[in-house]
Amino acid sequence: MRRDRLRRASSRRLPATGLALATLVASLLAIGLAAWSPEPSAEESTPRPVTVGSKKFTESVILGETLRLLALDAGHPARHRAELGGTRILWGALLSGEIDIYPEYSGTLVREILAGEDVSSPELLAAALAARGVRASASLGFENTYAIAVPEPLAEQLGLQRISDLRAHPDLRLGFSSEFLERADGWPGLRQRYRLPQTRVQGLDHDLVYRGIAAGHLDVTVVYTTDAEIARYGLRMLEDDLGYFEDYQAILLYRAELAAAAPAAVAAFRRLEGAIDAPTMAGMNGAVKLEGDSEQAVAARFLSEGLGLAVRVSGQGFWSQLGQRTLEHLGLVGVSLGAAILFAVPLGVLAAQNARLGQLILGITGMIQTIPSLALFVFLIPWLGIGWLPTVVALFLYSLLPIVRNTHAGLMDIPVPIRESADVLGLTRGARLRLIELPLAANTILAGIKTSAVLNVGTATVAALIGAGGYGQPILTGIRLDDTALIMQGAVPAALLALGLQGLFEFAERWVVPRGLRLQPTGGARADAGHDLASPRA
Amino acid sequence: MLRFEGVFKDYGGTPALAGVDLDVAEAQTTVLIGPSGCGKSTLLRLAAGLIRPDRGQVWFEGARLDAANLRPARLRMGYMIQDGGLFPHLTIRSNVSLMARRLDWTRARCEQRLAELADLVQLPAAMLGRYPIELSGGQRQRVALMRALMLDPDLLLLDEPLGALDPMIRFELQRELKAIFARLGKTVLMVTHDLAEAVFFGHRIVLLRAGRSVQQAEPRVLLDSPAEPFVAQFVAAQREPQRVLLGAGG
Repeated sequence: MRRDRLRRASSRRLPATGLALATLVASLLAIGLAAWSPEPSAEESTPRPVTVGSKKFTESVILGETLRLLALDAGHPARHRAELGGTRILWGALLSGEIDIYPEYSGTLVREILAGEDVSSPELLAAALAARGVRASASLGFENTYAIAVPEPLAEQLGLQRISDLRAHPDLRLGFSSEFLERADGWPGLRQRYRLPQTRVQGLDHDLVYRGIAAGHLDVTVVYTTDAEIARYGLRMLEDDLGYFEDYQAILLYRAELAAAAPAAVAAFRRLEGAIDAPTMAGMNGAVKLEGDSEQAVAARFLSEGLGLAVRVSGQGFWSQLGQRTLEHLGLVGVSLGAAILFAVPLGVLAAQNARLGQLILGITGMIQTIPSLALFVFLIPWLGIGWLPTVVALFLYSLLPIVRNTHAGLMDIPVPIRESADVLGLTRGARLRLIELPLAANTILAGIKTSAVLNVGTATVAALIGAGGYGQPILTGIRLDDTALIMQGAVPAALLALGLQGLFEFAERWVVPRGLRLQPTGGARADAGHDLASPRA
Repeated sequence: MLRFEGVFKDYGGTPALAGVDLDVAEAQTTVLIGPSGCGKSTLLRLAAGLIRPDRGQVWFEGARLDAANLRPARLRMGYMIQDGGLFPHLTIRSNVSLMARRLDWTRARCEQRLAELADLVQLPAAMLGRYPIELSGGQRQRVALMRALMLDPDLLLLDEPLGALDPMIRFELQRELKAIFARLGKTVLMVTHDLAEAVFFGHRIVLLRAGRSVQQAEPRVLLDSPAEPFVAQFVAAQREPQRVLLGAGG
C-alpha cells in the first residue's frame, strides 16, 4: 500500500512543479482581472461624463470636488480623480483626455507648463492653449502664490521682515517642497534674485514641511498664501521685497471640446470665475485641514452659501470603501505580479543560459529598479494615460528584478555534476531544464516571487498619485491632512495584504518545491548506514 | 567500441591532454590512472561528450562522436560519478527510470527493469520510494549504478565511482561491482587514483602523466616491467604504506 502511494506521489511530482506555478499565476491574474472592473462605459443617450482632476493638495482637491458637484448639478455623470501626483501628470492627463478639467494657477501655466513660449499677452496665451485643445477660465477670484515663511518667534529674534533679511543669516535651515526646490520659478530663481547664501536646503513633501517646522527641524520654508496652516503653526510670511514671485491666480484649465460636448457643465464651471476670494479659500482649506471636514462637505457648503446651489452629498461607508480599495489594490498587484512571473522566469532562464546575455538582462532589470516610481509614471503617461494601466505596467517592471535575479541565481547554483549527469543521461536541453533544473531552483525562484509580491504591495500604494486608487489613496490623503488615523486605514490593510500574500506563497511552497528538497539529511542516512555492511555478499 | 585518436585538449592554456591514443577493448574493464592533473578525467569527459577535443577524434561504436550523434550515443552509455550525481528532488525510482520514461517505456517495463536492477545491486525495494538524501553514501552509489545500467548501455563510464565512500563500504562495493561487471560483460572505462583499485578492476591499466599515456598494459605487466622510471615511481609511491608497516615490523 505504502509503495503504491509513494509511486503515485513520485510520478505526479514531475509535472507538479510546473502545474502548481501555472495555477498560482492563473489565480493571481484571475484575482487581478476580477478585481479590476473597467469604468462603466457611457451609453449613447446619457449626457457626456465629465472627469475632473486635482493635484494632491487640499485646495486643489476642494476645487476639484466643487467642480464635480457642479457637473453633477448640470446633469452630467461626473468623476473626480483626486490627488494626482503633480503638474506634469495633470497636464498630460488633460491633453490625452483622461481628465476634462482641473484647477491650476496662472503662474504655473505660464512659467512651467508653457515655459519657453511667448505668452506675454492674453491673446498669445489663449492661442498657445488653443493649439493644444485647451482653454483657461478667468481667475476664480483669489491668488495662491508662494511665500517664504519663518516661525514668528524666530522672525522676531532675528528681525526678519523681508526676504532680503535672510541674506544675513546663512546658517538657517531651509526646507522646501520638492516641486518648489526643482522648478525654475522656485528655489533656484529665488536664490539667484535675492543672492541667498544658505546651503542647508532640503526637499520634502509640502505637507511634511509644516511638521518639520513644528518639530524644529526647519527654520525657513515656502508656503502657499492660502494655506490654513500659516495661522495654525504661527508662521510669518516675509515680504517679497524684490517682487520675485509671480502672479498665481487660480484658474480652471479644461479641454476645448468640452465646451461643445457639455456646454451646460462648462457654463456651470465658469460660475466659479471671480466667485472665491482669498479669505474664503483659506477658510475652506482650514475647514478641511484643521477641522477635519470632508472636501465634499466643504465644497457643498460653499456651493449652497456662495452660489445658492443645493447639492446632495453622498458618503460611502467605511467597509464598502475598504472593500473597494482592497479590490483596486488586488487588481493592481494581481495582474502586475502574475504577468511579471510569466515574463521574469523565462528571462531568468535565458540569463542563465548565456553569461553575456545574463549580464545584459540583469543590468537592464536592475536599472529599471532605480527609476523613481513617479518618474516612471511620467514616462508612461503619454502612452498609457493615468490610472490602472500605467500603474500595472510600472508595477510589472518593478517586479521583474527579484524574480529574474533569483531564477538566474537558482539555476546557476545547481552543482555542475548534477547538470552533467542530466546531460550524459541523454536528456535534451529542454527536458533538463524542465525536469531537473527548474524543480531544483524552485525554492529560490519562489523566494524571488515572494520578495516581488511584498515590494509590489508596497509600491502599489504610490499608484494613488496617478489615480489608480487602492490603499495609497487614504495614505495620500492622510499625509495631506496630517491625519494619522487615515494613513493607518491604508497602511494597515497594505501590510496585512503583504503578509497574506507571503503566507499564500509559503503555502504554495509545499506544492512547488519538491519533497526531496525539503527533507533533512539526518534520519535516513543514519538509519541505513549499516546496510552496506549487513547486506549479503554477491 | 571506444577509441581516442591523437586527442589534444587545453583548459585555458594549460594542456590537459597532449596527444593520447587509446583503444578501449570491448567487454573488458579499462582503468585510467595517474597523478592529479594527468588528464584521466578529461579523457572520460571526452567520451561522455561533456567536452570536445581541440584536436584529434573520439570514436564510439564506429562513428565519430559529434554534436549530431551525441544524444543517441549517450543513450548507449551509462555514467556514474563520485557523489552519484543523483537528482535530489526525485525519488530513487524516478532517478533511475527518468530517461526510460522519456523514451516512452511503459510503466510495467520500467518497474520490471527497476526490480531486476535493485536485485542486481542489492538495494532493498523499499528504498525505491525514498529520496537520495534519505540514503547512505553506499546506497546512493548503488542507485547511481542502477541509473547507469537502466537502458542496458554498451559502455559504462565511471569517474572515481567509489571515491567518496569510507574504506569498509568501499571495499565491499568494489567486490560487488567487479562481480556485476563480470556478470554483465560490459565495456567499462573507469577513472581512479588508487592503484589497488585499478589492479583489482582492470583488465588493462592506462597510466597517464601530464596529458600523455605512459604505459597501457595488464596489471601484472605494469607492476613487473614498468615502461619507464615514472611507472616504477608511481607504483612504489602507492605501495608506501605497506613498506612503512613492514619496515616498522622488522
